[in-house]
Amino acid sequence: MDVILLQILNGLDKGSAYALIALGLTLIFGTLGVVNFAHGALFMIGAFCAVTLQRLLSFSHTVVDETKTDFLGNPLKVEKPYIEGWFGPEIGGAIIEWSVPLAILFAIPVMVGVGFAMERGLIKHFYKRPHADQILVTFGLAIVLQEIIKYFFGANPIPTPAPDALSGSVDLGAMIGFEVNQIIYPLWRLVYFAFAALIIGAVFAFLQFTTFGMVVRAGMADRETVGLLGINIDRRFTIMFGIAAAVAGLAGVMYTPINPPNYHMGMDFLVLSFVVVVVGGMGSLPGAVLAGFLLGILESFASTTWATTTIPGINQVIIYLVAIIVLLTRPRGLMGRKGVMED
Amino acid sequence: MFGLNKKDGLLFLFVIAITLLAPFLLNPFPTDSAMAQFNAGYPDLLQRFAIFGIFAIGFNILFGLTGYLSFGHAAFLGVGSYAAVWMFKLFSYNVLPAIVFAVIMAALFSVLIGYISLRRSGIYFSILTLAFAQMSFALAYSVLSNPKFNLTNGETGLQVYDTDPQIFHREGLPDLPHLFGLSVRATYELNLGGWSFTFNLGYYICAVIMLIVFYLAIRLFRSPFGMMLRAIKSNNTRMTYTGLNAKPYTLAAFVISGMYAGLAGGLLAAMDPLAGAERMFWTASGEVVLMTILGGAGTLIGPVLGAGLIKYMENIVSKINDNVLHQWFSFLPDGFEDVMVTLIHPFVGKGWNLTLGVIFMLVVIFLPGGLVEGGQRIARLFTGRRGRAAKRKSTQSTPAE
Amino acid sequence: MSKSNLTRRGVLKTGAVAGAGVALPTIFTASSASAFTNEPTGGTVTLGFNVPQTGPYAEEGNDELLAQQLAVEHLNGEGDGGCLNTFSSKALKGNGILGKKVTFVTGDTQTKSDAARASAKSMIEKDGAIMINGGSSSGVAVAVQGLCQEAGIIFMAGLTHANDTTGKDRKANGFRHFFNAYMSGAALAPVLAKEMGNDRRAYHLTADYNWGWTQEESIVASTEALGWETVNTVKTPLASTDFSSYIAPVLNSGADVLVLNHYGGNMVNSLTNAIQFGLLDKVVNGKDFKIVVPLYSELMAAGAGENIKGVLGSMNWNWQLQDEGTRAFVKSFGEKYGKPPSNSAQTCYAQVLLYADAVERAGSFNPCAVVEALEGFEFDGLGNGPTLYRAEDHQCFKDVLVVRGAQNPTTQYDTLEIVEVTPVEQVTYPPNHPMFGGDEASLGECNPGA
Repeated sequence: MDVILLQILNGLDKGSAYALIALGLTLIFGTLGVVNFAHGALFMIGAFCAVTLQRLLSFSHTVVDETKTDFLGNPLKVEKPYIEGWFGPEIGGAIIEWSVPLAILFAIPVMVGVGFAMERGLIKHFYKRPHADQILVTFGLAIVLQEIIKYFFGANPIPTPAPDALSGSVDLGAMIGFEVNQIIYPLWRLVYFAFAALIIGAVFAFLQFTTFGMVVRAGMADRETVGLLGINIDRRFTIMFGIAAAVAGLAGVMYTPINPPNYHMGMDFLVLSFVVVVVGGMGSLPGAVLAGFLLGILESFASTTWATTTIPGINQVIIYLVAIIVLLTRPRGLMGRKGVMED
Repeated sequence: MFGLNKKDGLLFLFVIAITLLAPFLLNPFPTDSAMAQFNAGYPDLLQRFAIFGIFAIGFNILFGLTGYLSFGHAAFLGVGSYAAVWMFKLFSYNVLPAIVFAVIMAALFSVLIGYISLRRSGIYFSILTLAFAQMSFALAYSVLSNPKFNLTNGETGLQVYDTDPQIFHREGLPDLPHLFGLSVRATYELNLGGWSFTFNLGYYICAVIMLIVFYLAIRLFRSPFGMMLRAIKSNNTRMTYTGLNAKPYTLAAFVISGMYAGLAGGLLAAMDPLAGAERMFWTASGEVVLMTILGGAGTLIGPVLGAGLIKYMENIVSKINDNVLHQWFSFLPDGFEDVMVTLIHPFVGKGWNLTLGVIFMLVVIFLPGGLVEGGQRIARLFTGRRGRAAKRKSTQSTPAE
Repeated sequence: MSKSNLTRRGVLKTGAVAGAGVALPTIFTASSASAFTNEPTGGTVTLGFNVPQTGPYAEEGNDELLAQQLAVEHLNGEGDGGCLNTFSSKALKGNGILGKKVTFVTGDTQTKSDAARASAKSMIEKDGAIMINGGSSSGVAVAVQGLCQEAGIIFMAGLTHANDTTGKDRKANGFRHFFNAYMSGAALAPVLAKEMGNDRRAYHLTADYNWGWTQEESIVASTEALGWETVNTVKTPLASTDFSSYIAPVLNSGADVLVLNHYGGNMVNSLTNAIQFGLLDKVVNGKDFKIVVPLYSELMAAGAGENIKGVLGSMNWNWQLQDEGTRAFVKSFGEKYGKPPSNSAQTCYAQVLLYADAVERAGSFNPCAVVEALEGFEFDGLGNGPTLYRAEDHQCFKDVLVVRGAQNPTTQYDTLEIVEVTPVEQVTYPPNHPMFGGDEASLGECNPGA
């Protein structure tokens, strides 16, 4: 029982990252009809927004500490962040420590800007080109983006810890009547889950309850008619691209304390997020979210000892197996509308 | 000529000439000059040019003609390699049976995967092939290399050990892949002045096979079957309405291109008897897509050019380190030298991926027809009016739909 | 595989007839008159440095490259000479190798065996490299070692920790300076017993490929010899990025030690995840929960950041060692590049010097002469104290370090502290040890190529 609960938690947590990335992908596909292979790169850039902010906040001047020596036997040069000088070590240290949550504020404008630049500068010219061309140009862009990040930040993962108050773990089991140490879960992963739920809720509310969202949904259903009504749907779609980029970016920012970011993390998620989108149904937002969580949970269960001893190697292939089965039996995906990319 | 029309015949002759003279053409710089860095005429790279040329020609039969974008073609390459190495391990180092077996195994795999994947088209087809290839990779990398049932030897790669049976191996045969006793590593070296040219048997095996399959590809492109595949690409729905079942045609194209991939994989193993699982990773599938698009999808010669360009980048550009850069620019004053090195540094050596990505994006954006289209545009610039007139004529003669 | 010589001569003969007037055919490109592959003829000799420059291990490759460049400088008599001054063999004089100036070419392994072989071949066939040095994974090391054996040049392996490199896949032309999984287990066991007792229950998470399995096998064997119980061994896919679903069941299993047989990105993530789950704060079976990472590297420690605090592991070498050789190397590396070298950098540096020294002592670049000079070679002054290159399997034997993540590092470089220097006797094993291919494993004959 406790094992099942734990793996459901794990699945929900993995699923939140999948769902957030897939949500953005689906937004772009649904509105602009573009298959964006650079979406994983947006996730990665988001994560590096957190790294950048951490670096900016701990921007330092060197003070020579005569009492200690460095590895060559010279007096030790200690890096003193400016921010600690300005606000005192207490508050300054706290600001640096909270750099990941703070990076949310930093990442939103950056990611929206990146999204606009991508759409206006590149994707716009590919609306009329075949899907294959879109895939290829965004794939090329993904390579270029990750190489640029590698050039500036190196190939090694960069630790970006969560603030102390939010790291550590909680004994969920003890809270609901299990024995101690039965269901332990990291606090930050719970935060991630809650954050994902919040973002997903916000995106849906935005599309459902605002006029802007209504127009966008109408545009997703029938772009031409909305255009004929005299509405500038292109501009709105550009904004949606910005929002989708921001969603992917925020997913990346919040992911950094879970696993230290590196330049190829986008590619690691890319294949997976496409599987999620396809399983959920191309163009279906609820489908993307549902499939994200579902695949997360399936993946977690497939990695239990019980599963891997029953079917060796199942944990390696489960995601692809599910994708193949879904595509063959229900090609429009779990919640895809009939007729959208269905052939 | 060879049963080809004049244009294709000339192209084929041109390819024959280039392929056979490649050891000369790709070593244009004297061995001791600073530019020797750019020479590509050594056996390993020449072999790779031909092998990945075959891989890309095959991929182009599927993608260029039918428009089905497979993101899992590397799986067939991997299967071919494993099959060939197993032939080496079990029977003998002769490359011919190994290559034949590689093609057969790849054909079987592609019938299976193609039959399932071709039930969908568009992005779904891409995802299905990707899923199959990733599963193959995961299985080959770990699951199928466990000590109890070691089919692939996992991370290290499948290779031939002294303890393997090799039942047809005889005293006097090379302990390396060979063609009826002639080692694929047998090499003539020709020194002419400052130049040195290397002629390697392995390369010529690859080159001859590439010429044969290139010829087959031309015939296929020009055949009624090729027309049928093009029709599927341009309007599948209309094909269906005319009462034609397109699926056997696409499946045939898929299997043929899978066999080309298997052939390439078998040749890779024949030139270097080791098969690694990473040959099946999805980025390897992405690479053949890059090759085909870069050269020009749907054209005959394009994929070969694309394959050559990418392998050149991977093997030559990646080796340009800062030392080499400093040597090149050492004639400049110190300050300028450093500036030039700093400017070029991000794009060469460990940055070769960046250059590749940039070139690829530029091609997709500005030259959707790939390098071939670029070549045609340049040719048109030179031929000027004559070319335009010819073009006008050709557009007129195209029947209206 | 030595019989190929016969047949090659056969090919030579037919080739000479067929190609009358042209140069003789040779295996790989070598000038026709030479006795072995890529015999240096001019005033220079070319070494090939084959390291990952793209992909996840690019930083490690970069570090190796810096160290190799430094070694070349020292060989050519530039810089402060580094370990040339401390090396017990005095054959090297700072005038290159056998009087020839040392140059080098570089290649990108991409941490893929295919790409690594391609770049090694390009260095051998095109640039005339006389030896290949470096690399950062066992798959690559075994693949390139096999290639160099066929080509007839010397290979020195860089970072490779799997038993197989000098076990069942050992080759006459290949040498390994780095330690291996068996040594990690043998070195860690006594420290684990001292710190955690003889009554522990271990849970293994293992990267699901060859290296992971050999390491798991080694650690399980040496800990069970202590009296530990192995609760479970779970294989994790190489492509995993999130290990939560593997870490979550650990606490329930009744285990009180977690062993992470992971390397690189896998290790950084699995350790980070384990700390997130608060494992180190728990008490199980009345004992403090512990984590062990059998193979550490500086770059992984940097990637995992604070999470390595208090976590035990083993290393080949560390810049904080106080012997003469280490100090000399750290000084010249540090002054040139502004940071202390990593243990893979030190391995590659030492290997270049050892190769050069062997050539000097043999008086020839002929690989077979070099192999002879290196086999059974005992030396000191390159770090890690007295060292032996064992003749039977070409594995290097020296002291192994047990290290621990420092509680209060003063700089970003001393995040690991040395707990114990395990003497070499304790990590020595017979060459026909079952984990190393048993009696079947053989080096084969040295191959000089052409």
